[in-house]
Amino acid sequence: MLTSIYGAISLGLILSLMALGVYITFRILDFPDLTVDGSFATGGAISAIMITQGYNPWIATLGALAGGLIAGACTGVLHTKGKINGLLAGILMMIALYSINIRIMGKPNVSVVNLPTLISPFHKPIGLYIAVLFVAIIIIKLLLDAFLKTDLGLALRATGDNSRMIRSFGSNTDTTIIIGVSLSNGLVAVSGALMAQDGGYADTTMGVGMIVIGLASVIIGEAIFGARTVFIATLAVIFGSILYRIVVAFALRVPWLEASDLKLITALIVIVALVLPTIQRAMKQKNLARKRSLELSTITASDQGGKR
Amino acid sequence: MLDLVNVSKLFNPGTLDEKVALMNINMKFSPGDFVTVIGSNGAGKSTLMNVISGVMKPDTGEVRIEGSEIQQLPEYRRSRWIGRVFQDPMAGTAPRMSIEENLAMAYTRGKKRGFGWGVTTSKRNLFREQLQRLGIGLENRLSAKVGLLSGGERQALSLLMATFTKPQILLLDEHTAALDPSRAELITQLTEDIVSELRLTTLMVTHNMEQAIRLGNRLIMMNKGRIILDIPEERKQSLTVSQLLGEFERISGQQLSDDRIVLG
Repeated sequence: MLTSIYGAISLGLILSLMALGVYITFRILDFPDLTVDGSFATGGAISAIMITQGYNPWIATLGALAGGLIAGACTGVLHTKGKINGLLAGILMMIALYSINIRIMGKPNVSVVNLPTLISPFHKPIGLYIAVLFVAIIIIKLLLDAFLKTDLGLALRATGDNSRMIRSFGSNTDTTIIIGVSLSNGLVAVSGALMAQDGGYADTTMGVGMIVIGLASVIIGEAIFGARTVFIATLAVIFGSILYRIVVAFALRVPWLEASDLKLITALIVIVALVLPTIQRAMKQKNLARKRSLELSTITASDQGGKR
Repeated sequence: MLDLVNVSKLFNPGTLDEKVALMNINMKFSPGDFVTVIGSNGAGKSTLMNVISGVMKPDTGEVRIEGSEIQQLPEYRRSRWIGRVFQDPMAGTAPRMSIEENLAMAYTRGKKRGFGWGVTTSKRNLFREQLQRLGIGLENRLSAKVGLLSGGERQALSLLMATFTKPQILLLDEHTAALDPSRAELITQLTEDIVSELRLTTLMVTHNMEQAIRLGNRLIMMNKGRIILDIPEERKQSLTVSQLLGEFERISGQQLSDDRIVLG
């Protein structure tokens, strides 16, 4: 049991980079970007193939970052300059990347088992591995927080919050969207690269369903830790990602659940998390409206009574 | 300062729904002009604002600022000359960001946005100083999310954000119409103070006839995409609301129809 919890934490930390990417598009830019499923595998593919060809694993991971940045920029350009609906732009890139990823690897999967990776020096003991991962993820999180507080970062956040306003203050929102989606997929690809190095292989299907897992992490994190400031919001995403993995680890121990039910469970978590607040808000609104109209009707009734 | 030369703009050209939003508008605004704009529904007032700010491009004609043609520039590139406050108090600020972050974005109006810190100690001091002028206590709530402010507070902040980098031109699009009367009065007062202090060339669309006469040094009246009346300062001082409505009927042959009109 303990080993599976440790495994869940380390995997959660690796995937939290992907979740941070989803946070940038889904929450900051308000842009539902499905490129993630493709760019995650792109990151894995680039890093795995570069490692098998003898490149330093750092260079291989930077290569994955570059691949993700380019993929995201393409989606951003399709949406802003090509005026393609955001969801569709992401789906198009995702499908295109599926073929591109096989081209990158030359075959559907590539193994990096027994090759030097970023992870191999720290892989054992598990306590050290988790500590190293945690420190690395926190450094990336702090860098992201800092970026979001720069002039460019503020413009990026305003693009998702009130694009009309930031345009009237001289920001080209097409550019900020492209930068944001690009940065997001860069993080996603690095996450995919670490996943490939951790698991020992890259596979064309490794990204399937990642967008939903990322969303689940963002939503779980927000529900528990809130999103009052950027600092808290990004921290919440990381803990959301770890927590999601722990929930999954427990779910897999339920006797009548199969490992293949995982995606269904993930989808259900996201659906509940998205629908629940809407229902709550509608109920609250309805109750308030009823209360107010009752109040107002008694006031008008007494007014008319006074006039007679 | 700001010149419009033969500016026209059609909506849905060539269809049954074709509508003339602006037709051959020729206007010259001198530095420091404070012009109030009135007219019926669909007279082209908002289109005039949009064509100047770059939200829309004119079909024909030129928009010039200090002599250079800008009608083909997108909105974000014109923003360095033009500040704007919208009717909707929600439109001018980013609700999920703090007051100081909103001000920081206004501070970088028209400049290149890079990796410098958005909010620094010296900027924060400047913001606090500026917010004090509004007199509504926002200077003590710099890190509050703007979404928590009331409509009046947001509109006051929008006005400050639109003006504190001293753009040459200020566009006010019914910016008090969505507020209750006391808040609207506060925003009007602030507008007068800021415009006269910074000597901004200002265009203000309003539904309030009394306000249109009282504020500014020039009044223009629009109907069906044209400017039908342009009243200079000398005549404006002695003008009354009923005279103004009479003028409109005389020129356009119809009553000034506007579902939101306020006679003052």
